Amino acid sequence: MGNNMFNDKVIEHFMNPHNAGEMENPDAEGTIGSPVCGDIMQIFLKIEDNIIKDVKFKTFGCGSAIASSSVATDMIKGKTIEEALKVTNKQVIEELGGLPSQKVHCSVLSEQAIKTAIYNYAKEHNLEFEGLKGFDPNYDPHDHHDE
Amino acid sequence: MREVYLDYSATTPVKKEVLDAMLPYFTQEFGNPSSLYRKGRESRAALEKARKQVADLIGANDREIFFTSGGTESDNWAVKGVAFANKSKGNHIITTKIEHHALLHTCEYLEENGFEVTYLDVDKYGKIDLNDFENAIRDTTILVSIIFANNEIGTIQPIKEIGEITRKRGIIFHTDAVQALGNVDINVNEMNIDLLSMSAHKIYGPKGIGALYVNRKVKLPNFMHGGAQEYKRRAGTENVTGIIGFGKAAELAKESLHEHIKKVTDLRNYFIQSVMEKIDEVTLNGHPTDRLPGNINMTFAYVEGETILLYLDVHGISASSGSACSSSSFQASHVLQAIGIPLENALSSIRFTVGDFTTKEDLDYVVETLMVITDKYRSISPFYKKKG
Ligand code: FES
Repeated sequence: MGNNMFNDKVIEHFMNPHNAGEMENPDAEGTIGSPVCGDIMQIFLKIEDNIIKDVKFKTFGCGSAIASSSVATDMIKGKTIEEALKVTNKQVIEELGGLPSQKVHCSVLSEQAIKTAIYNYAKEHNLEFEGLKGFDPNYDPHDHHDE
Repeated sequence: MREVYLDYSATTPVKKEVLDAMLPYFTQEFGNPSSLYRKGRESRAALEKARKQVADLIGANDREIFFTSGGTESDNWAVKGVAFANKSKGNHIITTKIEHHALLHTCEYLEENGFEVTYLDVDKYGKIDLNDFENAIRDTTILVSIIFANNEIGTIQPIKEIGEITRKRGIIFHTDAVQALGNVDINVNEMNIDLLSMSAHKIYGPKGIGALYVNRKVKLPNFMHGGAQEYKRRAGTENVTGIIGFGKAAELAKESLHEHIKKVTDLRNYFIQSVMEKIDEVTLNGHPTDRLPGNINMTFAYVEGETILLYLDVHGISASSGSACSSSSFQASHVLQAIGIPLENALSSIRFTVGDFTTKEDLDYVVETLMVITDKYRSISPFYKKKG
């Protein structure tokens, strides 16, 4: 695997993704598409007392999107909603030990999907979160998060 | 780890006989074919022998074969050459929506320079309609360029019928036969082809060498200006070793054409059948029978193509999504779009191309791996609903 375009950690998370699959009766769900590649990411959350008790993801996306979601979901598990909203795609990439530049948008998709799920949750429960200020599930990651 | 190469349409390994034919011309018989002493004459003789071998593969005369750097150069030379040479007669060109980029981008360039181009639609199998084609012909049509067999979905066009029409109407007919060469029985005279692009590295020859067949009656401006090489049509010292390799590869291809077609078609059908048997919701893109012997293009619904390719790559399997160069963009392949494949299916499509060194055991391993992939990644696909 030495000459692969991805490092071993990315490959490991791609092959054995954490938190992948279905969730029964989630408290929150968010689905978002990438305007860059057309791929789709879906996040399910179990939330209790403002804490993310459990998280699952599903994706129609590339290997980098799967690996990104695997680490991103690990990163928010057991965290408060506000903490989860602070997770950025840059941190996800760091956690993965790097992604090729043309795959940065795939990590953005994971970050956006988490925010979308929380956004839907906030709307449903009439809550406001500092970390959601200015977040619009329909915005274009092209404009932000440039490396 | 097992290594399985299933991308013969991208390129092929050089056959040993081909390499052996080339080797002496690097170190011992290195003379310049334009030199008049013995060493030069020997190079010249080898080069002319190769020209004959390439000509024989397509039923041409050796004076009608001009060596180039490959398929892209041949396409550029043919299409721009005919266009500019016939400007006084007309400015209309007919091609298809499923050409290789070498052709499409050349046509776009010509459009910027005052030419008009009709891009023919294709049906769901990727074939043009001959009536549409005839109706597209205008008084100002100077060139028809239609790909012999498509590189992504493998569909073979009715080249002979097209040639009959162009000959009758007095229009020059070019075809990009880069994928068809060595995989389909080609005869330029019987098929009324005026210009035909070829490349060596798709037929087990070296990279960086190809040829353009130019029917003697066609006037084509010279491509490179300089010395007298290639009958003054394409100046520059010849790629002698490449040409000799191309010649040998062409000779082998001709000798074993029918055997090769049969063997590779069997492998292709074996693969298609076992995938269809073992994996649900898979569709074959392209024509069921009028397709290149080694081409398989399939949609694995609900799983993104890059995921499939990466998993295959980790397991030593080389395949490609659509065309070799579109792997990092949202753009679904123009070919899959032209045959009406919906976007999400296009994004789930993979091209496997088998060749002379593929075995059934290789294919069994790939099918097993594909079963794991579809199982694993469909279960985490938001679109997938398990049947039953
Ligand atoms: S290419 Fe679409 S998510 Fe990575």
